[in-house]
Amino acid sequence: MISALDQRPSIVCGEANPMAPAWTRIVACQQESSNTASYTLQFLDPEQKKNYRFQPGQFNMVYLFGVGEAAISISSDPDKCDSLVHTIRHVGSVTFAMNRLGIGQCVGLRGPFGSSWPLDECRGRDILLVAGGIGIAPLRPAIYQLLKNRDDYGRLILLYGIRSPQDMIFKEEVEEWMDRRDFQVLITVDYPSEAWTGPVGVVTKLLRRVRVDSSRTSVFVCGPRVMNRAAAHSFLSHYVPEDEIFISLERNMRCGVGQCGHCQYGPKFVCKDGPVFSYESVRDLFGKDEV
Amino acid sequence: MKNKVLYTINKSELDKLIGILQRDGYRVVGPTVRDGAITYEEIESVRQLPIGWTDSHAPGRYRLNRRNDDQLFGFVVGPHSLKKFFFPPKQRLFGIKRDGESGYVFEARQPDPPRYAFLGVRACDLAAVGVQDRVFKQAMAEPYYAKARDDALFIAVNCTEPGGTCFCGSMGTGPRCTEGYDLALTELRTTFTVEVGTNKGRQLVEALEHETTDANTSHLVDLLMDNASEHMGRTLDTENLPEILLKNLSHEHWDEIAKRCMSCSNCTFACPTCFCSNVEDSTDLSGNHAERWRTWGSCFTLEFSYHTGGYSRSSPAARYRQWLTHKLANWHEQFETSGCVGCGRCITWCPVGIDITKEATTIANDVKRSRANQEAKRLEEVGS
Repeated sequence: MISALDQRPSIVCGEANPMAPAWTRIVACQQESSNTASYTLQFLDPEQKKNYRFQPGQFNMVYLFGVGEAAISISSDPDKCDSLVHTIRHVGSVTFAMNRLGIGQCVGLRGPFGSSWPLDECRGRDILLVAGGIGIAPLRPAIYQLLKNRDDYGRLILLYGIRSPQDMIFKEEVEEWMDRRDFQVLITVDYPSEAWTGPVGVVTKLLRRVRVDSSRTSVFVCGPRVMNRAAAHSFLSHYVPEDEIFISLERNMRCGVGQCGHCQYGPKFVCKDGPVFSYESVRDLFGKDEV
Repeated sequence: MKNKVLYTINKSELDKLIGILQRDGYRVVGPTVRDGAITYEEIESVRQLPIGWTDSHAPGRYRLNRRNDDQLFGFVVGPHSLKKFFFPPKQRLFGIKRDGESGYVFEARQPDPPRYAFLGVRACDLAAVGVQDRVFKQAMAEPYYAKARDDALFIAVNCTEPGGTCFCGSMGTGPRCTEGYDLALTELRTTFTVEVGTNKGRQLVEALEHETTDANTSHLVDLLMDNASEHMGRTLDTENLPEILLKNLSHEHWDEIAKRCMSCSNCTFACPTCFCSNVEDSTDLSGNHAERWRTWGSCFTLEFSYHTGGYSRSSPAARYRQWLTHKLANWHEQFETSGCVGCGRCITWCPVGIDITKEATTIANDVKRSRANQEAKRLEEVGS
């Protein structure tokens, strides 16, 4: 477990029933790409709005009236908890329905759930972030914190893999990050456009372009399964220790509190023991099929 | 436990006990014959117990037979455990209505659970309640379970004649009830001996006509228990089993089991500790009223492991492996206990008679054999 359970922010839900949502209103909506949008949400209840806290890497269960619930990571700055951002790719029944909602409408929310990126434990170290596609969303809160406390860390590197240039999300921000001298950002695409002059290919190929000092680097990885696997193995072969590689895993989280059984990954409940795991803690299962 | 004071009550006192429990506001639940099986139902008198019945168990086979005596508890376990009372198979988690422009109002919560008094609970089922407590009695748990559980009263019965698929002896949960009961009975010819587990239990004994059990009878109960322990229908060697199973997720025997397993989920529903559930959201036709229901789920279905990246466990072999390794191995890391209490239901109620003890033992023996061979080879090489 990355962060001790008792240090986690308390979970906000409706009606003192952990399976019932609290209510939020959509106050802003930003289209990120053809199938992805960011929704800014605010709790209707002033107490909940005031007291809600989360840590980078945690997720909420987002509920659409009568449609269902989906586990969605929080993509905003943890220092601005009164407005939460969820960046959602419209792929399933709940997220498709989300696409039909606009500013002023309400969605339910339970959370925050799960473990977080170990920002405190990694102070003083080089931080290498690897994001694939929408995987940049749960890393963004960590990036905000790393940049805010930039002097507490060594080198800061983001390797970001996307399908094609127009699939880039958080485009303006990523460009701002690229302009910083204290943040190395490398982007690769699978399918380049004619205007694309950057690297092409899988994100692990970017590793050749950066210097990794294995004795002082912590790695945060979030992307599709294949990318997570490839990234973890690349860093291991660069001698980054198993307990300095952190991966956010995707499973079917339903209850958020380790009771419905859906998200089990060997002995782990991804909803409460994860989603962020050290490679060391899941080594025996990582890369195994059908577990 | 053998030194605990025993009391003796006449069998005729049992009706009085049921009366007291009802007067105290309990809904009394006990075993009764229904649809060719012994199931837990609400009962009002001793006459509804399976008097003179017994059950025979084998892989994929369950039958009720007549006994040649009038024992009240002369059987082991039916298809139901206590699970359905604390963790109902279908439960409404909330109802919600649209209210005005963008407001929502929760409907009144479901009523509190009844106060249950369970009569005739076996050691394995008591142990199973203890196992589910570790899952459902957490800070963030749905409150129904804790409420139903905390208010319940348990009058257990020690098993003197284990069934053909029983292996509580191997799992350390029976046949004698050692904890979690208010009273634990042992059925003799015309009397019960009674062990008291709680103050509530003591008050009940005091309200009945009772005497302290004499040394001979007390000794007889011990003998019956020892005899039961020696006559388990099945055994399972649990030593190193979690480690062996988890290190052999690619063993070929998983595929062999999958040729027989139909992924029907019966084992998970009959299991007294399986806790997985699905959540279903829906609206009525007006679209103004929505509900959330929780229903029992099963890791044997394909949908269970669905996520946006696909299905985590698409083959029946992976699903059986998930179930068995969860039950016998991963449960230890999650809840510091085995997930199996040795009740044998998954064996009896499997339509093709897959036997968890046999499958786990096949893998364990094969692994131990090959480890021994490797060790022998190593020693030989060192020696030469």
